[in-house]
Amino acid sequence: MSDERTMVEALNLALREEMDRDDNVMVLGEDVGADGGIFRVTKGLIDDFGESRVMDTPLAEAGIVGVSVGMALAGLNPVAEMQFSGFSYFAFHQIEGHVARMRWRSRGRFTLPLVIRMPFGGGVRALEHHSESREAYFAHTPGLRTVIPSGPRNACTLLKAAIRSPDPVIFLEPKAAYRAFREEVPEGLDPAQLDKADIRRKGADITMISYGAMLRRTLEAAETLAEEDGVEAEVIDLPTLAPLDAETIGASVRRTGRAVVVTEAPLSFGPAGEIAARIAEEAFVYLEAPVNRVTGWDVPMPFFAREQSYLPDARRITNAARVTLAY
Amino acid sequence: MNASTSSNKSAGRGRRASKPAVYEASPEELLKFYRDMLLVRRFEEKAGQMYGMGLIGGFCHLYIGQEAVCVGVQSALKDGDAVITGYREHGHMMAAGCDPKGVMAELTGRSGGCSRGKGGSMHMFDPAKGFYGGHGIVGAQVSLGTGLAFAAKYKKTDNVAVAYFGDGAANQGQVYESFNMARLWNLPVIYLIENNQYAMGTSVARASSEIELYRRGESFKIPGKQVDGMNVLAVRAAMDEAVAHCRAGKGPMILEMKTYRYRGHSMSDPAKYRTKDEVQKMRAERDPIEQLRELLLDGGHTDEAALKEMDKEVKALVADAAAFATESPEPDAAELYTDVLA
Ligand SMILES: Cc1ncc(C[n+]2csc(CCOP(=O)(O)OP(=O)(O)O)c2C)c(N)n1
Ligand SMILES: [Mg+2]
Repeated sequence: MSDERTMVEALNLALREEMDRDDNVMVLGEDVGADGGIFRVTKGLIDDFGESRVMDTPLAEAGIVGVSVGMALAGLNPVAEMQFSGFSYFAFHQIEGHVARMRWRSRGRFTLPLVIRMPFGGGVRALEHHSESREAYFAHTPGLRTVIPSGPRNACTLLKAAIRSPDPVIFLEPKAAYRAFREEVPEGLDPAQLDKADIRRKGADITMISYGAMLRRTLEAAETLAEEDGVEAEVIDLPTLAPLDAETIGASVRRTGRAVVVTEAPLSFGPAGEIAARIAEEAFVYLEAPVNRVTGWDVPMPFFAREQSYLPDARRITNAARVTLAY
Repeated sequence: MNASTSSNKSAGRGRRASKPAVYEASPEELLKFYRDMLLVRRFEEKAGQMYGMGLIGGFCHLYIGQEAVCVGVQSALKDGDAVITGYREHGHMMAAGCDPKGVMAELTGRSGGCSRGKGGSMHMFDPAKGFYGGHGIVGAQVSLGTGLAFAAKYKKTDNVAVAYFGDGAANQGQVYESFNMARLWNLPVIYLIENNQYAMGTSVARASSEIELYRRGESFKIPGKQVDGMNVLAVRAAMDEAVAHCRAGKGPMILEMKTYRYRGHSMSDPAKYRTKDEVQKMRAERDPIEQLRELLLDGGHTDEAALKEMDKEVKALVADAAAFATESPEPDAAELYTDVLA
């Protein structure tokens, strides 16, 4: 097999290698076994690791997460799948009430090495509940790590890191990037380091910050700015959204003096607002312009015909950068 | 024919249907059942084609095979009764008399759709027909339906609410929270389980410790009945009993319809969880429309030519809906901001 993999294949590889490494790693969720998962991320795992480690659960999100908490308390390392992030709210009381607080409440005597994977975000012509970006719910909750890959390679290394993390990780997979492109993802990659922002493009004129499926659109906008405006943008990916690596962001904005934050989550009270506030704290006197936010609108994810009117595109991002540069 | 004999994990226990009750329909009623089921099927076949042509975004859950359930259920209801269901709801809407044009145009996400293209295939409503949606979150509608029944009782009507859900949805916790409240407060709700034997790729036997789903209400003291959901007359008879139970103020009832979906769960389905033979056998031996067709012909209530004519009419209706759904414009971008708050 070539090492060029889609994000789906890269995630599958990470699960496989982690399950090989440690018998306590197991996968559970709706249709993750016989069907190989709704997006086929767990394809073939049941054949290789058996039904005792790859469990088709009943349709019961609260139960899936609740049971996973118990398993993790007792030292197992469950990787639970929610078919779409929009279905995770049935399990939200378990996530908010138990997953996020167990370590704190037990004064560190218990920790939950648990990963909850969920596809999120739009761009695949789906409906509401199947397209939204509500990462703020998780990132806002102390005690969780919220991890969001942007491509196949970091999907693989981040998932490994998430599985090995002693803390619970909400692992949000941008489904628009599931099969959109391939990257070199060989076997045996080391896990990534969590909590680190990743500078994906160097530049001195403006800092552009994004994550997930919006990263590619942001990089595209950066190329347009270079070609058409002679502007060099620094582009930062946030593979770990929470806890936020404000240091890397701050250092970059202190160099460039300008920042644009791009998310597909809605504007109000969202991740872009938090990132903008951190920039104000880290780089206030260096700022040449207000931090600009390019986000989804403050509405539920719309019908598929209008999905692209909701999502930030490269043109909106480029225009926002121009406004910020001209300020 | 009685489906209650087909599964046997816990045979002999509980309140299974003693003998299959069958509704005594007049020839006119039989013909209406036939036409209604045919409309559902032809509509769904067309929807499947339109999906194949890329006109329908997201998902599309076809109801083909299950027609006897929605048609039999709806025929037992009266004005003011409420119906709520999940995302496999095109059939329920046809049965409730919703306009096929509005439904098809919702599937294509157009402004002429019954949610003005905002809901898509899973999220459709028709208040005038007592149809409360169309919901994409599996199992949640069971609680909502319980609330609809609460309102019917509070307003001192003798109306009932029907909350449809699948065998998969039957494993969601809030179904049981709802059961408890419904019996505690004696609400006029019919929990209508469409057991088509699979939740996506997971069979009932692999997902449920008790596969006789009509027994799921026992510890809440809710009576349950298993029904041959491939036979519209059996569905109607069971509904008559449940509706009478509810209207008489005796509280909720569970009907488990044993049925079968012929197509994939949604439009992309690897179908590794069952054999082609299993599907073929169902189609050949149990098809709800074929069964009724035989009954109509054997009973001399109609002839081949008349049924052919009816099929032509139904197809024309569906073709009109498809044309409307193709021509209706996409919603304006300004629609993004409508109906977010009052
Ligand atoms: C809360 C929630 N979890 C999961 C899903 C994804 N999903 C949609 S349909 C389905 C299977 C439902 O099966 P069943 O209740 O038997 O209904 P059927 O599809 O057979 O009509 C699943 C898992 C969802 N939409 N909502
Ligand atoms: Mg089912």
